[in-house]
Amino acid sequence: MPFSLHFSPTPLITAPSPLSKPFFLVPYYHTLYAPKSPPCSSTEHALTHQGKQEAFDRRPEDSQTLPLGLRRDAMPSHVAVIMDGNRRWARLRDLPVRSGYEAGVESLRKIVEICCKWGIKVLSVFAFSSDNWFRPKVEVEFLMSLFERGMQEDTGIFFRENIRISVIGDLTKLPKALQELMVNLEEATKNNTRFQLIVAVSYSGHYDVVQACQRLALKAKCGLIEPSDINVSLMEQELETNCTEFPHPDLLIRTSGEFRISNFMLWQLAYTELFFAQSLWPDFGEAEFLKALLAFQQRQRRYGV
Amino acid sequence: MERIRERVIQIYGNLVSLLQKCIFCILSVGPIPNHIAFIMDGNRRFTKKCKLMEGAGHKIGFSALMSMLKYCYEFGVRYVTVYAFSIENFKRSPEEVQSLMDLMLEKIEEILKEQSIVNRYGVRVIFSGNLKLLSEPVRLAAERAMLATAKNSKAVLSICVAYTSTNEIMHAVQESCEEKWDEITLLNSSGAGYGLISLGGYEQDEMDHLIKLTDIEKHMYMAAAPDPDIIIRTSGETRLSNFLLWQSANCYLYLPSVLWPEIGFRQFLWAILNFQQIHFYLDKQRKQS
Repeated sequence: MPFSLHFSPTPLITAPSPLSKPFFLVPYYHTLYAPKSPPCSSTEHALTHQGKQEAFDRRPEDSQTLPLGLRRDAMPSHVAVIMDGNRRWARLRDLPVRSGYEAGVESLRKIVEICCKWGIKVLSVFAFSSDNWFRPKVEVEFLMSLFERGMQEDTGIFFRENIRISVIGDLTKLPKALQELMVNLEEATKNNTRFQLIVAVSYSGHYDVVQACQRLALKAKCGLIEPSDINVSLMEQELETNCTEFPHPDLLIRTSGEFRISNFMLWQLAYTELFFAQSLWPDFGEAEFLKALLAFQQRQRRYGV
Repeated sequence: MERIRERVIQIYGNLVSLLQKCIFCILSVGPIPNHIAFIMDGNRRFTKKCKLMEGAGHKIGFSALMSMLKYCYEFGVRYVTVYAFSIENFKRSPEEVQSLMDLMLEKIEEILKEQSIVNRYGVRVIFSGNLKLLSEPVRLAAERAMLATAKNSKAVLSICVAYTSTNEIMHAVQESCEEKWDEITLLNSSGAGYGLISLGGYEQDEMDHLIKLTDIEKHMYMAAAPDPDIIIRTSGETRLSNFLLWQSANCYLYLPSVLWPEIGFRQFLWAILNFQQIHFYLDKQRKQS
């Protein structure tokens, strides 16, 4: 059954989920948190007079779930993440590489939950780079099956939590079944408005610019535009990040202590604040994410001026 | 007394120089970066911090730049790129923009002099950016400098002026489309064209053959230099600010907290050591892409 809003002053207590279950099985608004004051009239007004989605966004819990120090007005709209360090994490524990990737998926689920809670609108994740096709075939096949499994398992959750999924990258290189799954999931969730997860698969910043250029060249060839009409705005319309209202990440987080962009969203990162976290991606949790956001909120952004 | 003091300073300077040369000898056992890029951030903050007159920070920053260029060329770095003036910087106050343009004019004349670093190390100077946005005196001076140093071949200094990466990419895309447009027009007129594509639909193959990555790269303002190995941004800001976005795909980012006028040998050394640590892996990544 799709999402239905139940607002109650007494929260429903659920049994704690086992660690292996994704958070999505415990719906977001069922928490152990007890509201400090009775429901305010503005919320009741929202419930009765506004659309159900706006009411959902204005729940009083939202204003109280931010950790100390974080300002809601200065939250980034779009956070991008390079999820580096899964294989190293596995090697350090003498585990097979696939365990590292699975731990990475769990980490991603936690971060998506936190983004929803803290009011971040868009999260982009660099799941698979164009360069990653050169990894061992067994590893690549495992990753493809992991993506397929993850998307299938979490489909219900995306609907229940009103999450929009977008996939960017050269999907023609992916197995046909995965391609279809991704395209169908994108289509089915395109009207979800609470949060958008952009998954970059078989993607690179160079690829994005080249495909935008090819589209523009084709338009010029068909006489729809002149080459001299090409400007920044036309470019942005053709980049794959045209699937979101916030195409430019405000903050890029790269884990595992490496100081480089690795061909992720080059155009879009022009004025993005960069944060390099030392921990490996499977260990990147709420505490580190909070550190990144606090650092972001202290930055003075000049946009090149 | 004065002469003794001068002599001591000279001896000290020579010792420091000798020590630096020794360190370079040791470092050159490992990989030497081919291209280092600098985002010279923090000049205005330095002026405020040291309570100097307006514009003094930029002048001291220029001296810092000369020192860094000396280290780079002595060590054997062939390409150096500096982010001198962004297109967005035109939005600063007219007085500040004018004083920066005046400083640029003055320094362009200086670097063309006989004893300057450019002639000492055989450096070819290139001004990368949308030079049409510059005032005529600055643009002409830039063109003169490029002409005067065109025959130098030991090293290259790219000065990014009136530059942003998005403008560079957009310009390269525009040029690529115009080039293909001319090609198609020529082929169509000779009867050997690709054929018309019906509006509203197209084949993926057609799109792939239209423009390739190399077509775009050759139209970049920075086409004369390879991708940077290290981008150094001072003042502790961790962002690229629209600098070399296309070229920084697999580049090591070094982000020291010193302000640009304060940068010195220590930061240069640290950048090289870190680069040498990850060089092998980055090189493999670059060859794969």
